[in-house]
Amino acid sequence: MFDPHLWRRQFPILERKVHGKPLVYLDNAATTQKPLAVLDAERYYFEHFNANIHRGVHALSQEASEAFEGAREKVRAFLGAAHVEEIIFTRGATEAINLVAQTWGRTHLEAGDEILISAMEHHANIVPWQMLCEMTGARLKVIPMDERGVLLMDQVDHLLTARTRLVGITLVSNALGTVNPVVEIIRKAHAAGARVLVDGAQAVAHVAVDMVALGCDFFVFSGHKLYGPTGIGVLYGKKDLLTAMPPYQGGGDMILQVTFEKTTYNQIPYKFEAGTPHISGAIGLGAAIDFVRSVGLENIAAHEDRLLQEATERAQRVNGLRIIGTAPGKASIFSFVLEGIHPHDIGTILDSEGVAIRSGHHCAMPVMDYFHLPATARASFALYNTLEEVESLFQAIERVQKLFLN
Amino acid sequence: MSDLRDLYQEVIFDHNRHPRNFGPLPGANRHADGFNALCGDKLSLNLKVEDGIIQEARFEGSGCAISTASASLMTEALKGRHEAEVAELFEGFYHMVKGEPYTVEMGKLAVLAGVSEFPARVKCATLAWHTLNAALHQADQPVSTE
Repeated sequence: MFDPHLWRRQFPILERKVHGKPLVYLDNAATTQKPLAVLDAERYYFEHFNANIHRGVHALSQEASEAFEGAREKVRAFLGAAHVEEIIFTRGATEAINLVAQTWGRTHLEAGDEILISAMEHHANIVPWQMLCEMTGARLKVIPMDERGVLLMDQVDHLLTARTRLVGITLVSNALGTVNPVVEIIRKAHAAGARVLVDGAQAVAHVAVDMVALGCDFFVFSGHKLYGPTGIGVLYGKKDLLTAMPPYQGGGDMILQVTFEKTTYNQIPYKFEAGTPHISGAIGLGAAIDFVRSVGLENIAAHEDRLLQEATERAQRVNGLRIIGTAPGKASIFSFVLEGIHPHDIGTILDSEGVAIRSGHHCAMPVMDYFHLPATARASFALYNTLEEVESLFQAIERVQKLFLN
Repeated sequence: MSDLRDLYQEVIFDHNRHPRNFGPLPGANRHADGFNALCGDKLSLNLKVEDGIIQEARFEGSGCAISTASASLMTEALKGRHEAEVAELFEGFYHMVKGEPYTVEMGKLAVLAGVSEFPARVKCATLAWHTLNAALHQADQPVSTE
């Protein structure tokens, strides 16, 4: 039996109090807390073998290089990628998407081409494509959704045309929690001759993925939503695609040979990793992956589903509470509004009870527009959250209503 | 954190539930839109200014309790004031919600002083004022609190 209380001990921050109340951290979709294993791994690196990686002949540099490349291998295994060189370290999912847009995108799109995304994308999977459209004259098209937050899959067939070059799709919606049918989307997109980028930022801490089975062309995620550090993320790309793509940024480490006349670029993945990378971050991410695997993603997912189910059922008993995002398949996200009370006010009052949630548009303004809402309140669960904390959330919600509606 | 009641005073609840001067203003000669990217609040402000005196001030939009009450209280405070007084009043208000010393007489606006204990909510309280500033200076672009 999965016991979150056991794992909570690995997260020292969860012991702190906020405004005199025990912290109930339910803003995991924004960033997760970090276990001791991650904190220790980063600290150990700085205390024992801090050095710049690659090319250093001294012991520390070699140890740092091994740890950094070891983290890359951990990411490969976690994603089920075929080749370790298909794993590129970035600052996060956002940078990974921008990398694809600015390298693959600029060399593969021209005026009249189309990029297809969904109605529930995070701004990070909208804006880089809009920028690419401005540069190339390509057009952005959108797969619509229904009022539950389920994509209208029957529209995909006619939205995919001979001009569709790329489909950008989130695996899990950060604003609604919807788990999208990416396997079907990838199949349809490939049949239409389009490449597919899957945004896994909101998914990887909740849903197991396998690049070979999924068959997507690109996959991105951020370390900090997977119990790892901020400032480190991953771009997975199919080897042949990455090899053919031009570099993203120029600088050290991404070259083989430089003269003032000509530069020969390094092989993948280094071609896309100009400059000194976030070494401690990559090592921390590797430790986070080890941690998640030791807990077991399927255990985590089952536990979070239980919390989500409890919250969903509990919500039925709250007058004026409306859940935003009611897809049959959801992961971790409980987005809601209260009649007559703005989410921002909910956020402040919940905070006074020690309950940390997010209120706002969740970097998904088109989703808010669809539901005609300025914002929602969002609680999001992680492996260390408990049923007692779900109850604390609802007690705090009741306090909000008491304060506002009396 | 201070008591929530310092922030959510009865006057603020009252202005949130029954905002004053809410709705369109036919014959307005000053207008601006404000936007708080943090929480998605949108506010549209219309003024009727004659000989430098603000005769009418009305607003529309959706926002949290703090931004709605602030806009409501602001429109009340503006009526009959000379444009030239506004900058000083805004400055005083801004210092008040930031918890800094101020010398301007705030009148009813003083109920928003509790915002200073909640730094994340300063933008909510000042959105209407930034929009007012834009309206009086006839800015073309919607203003943002960012």
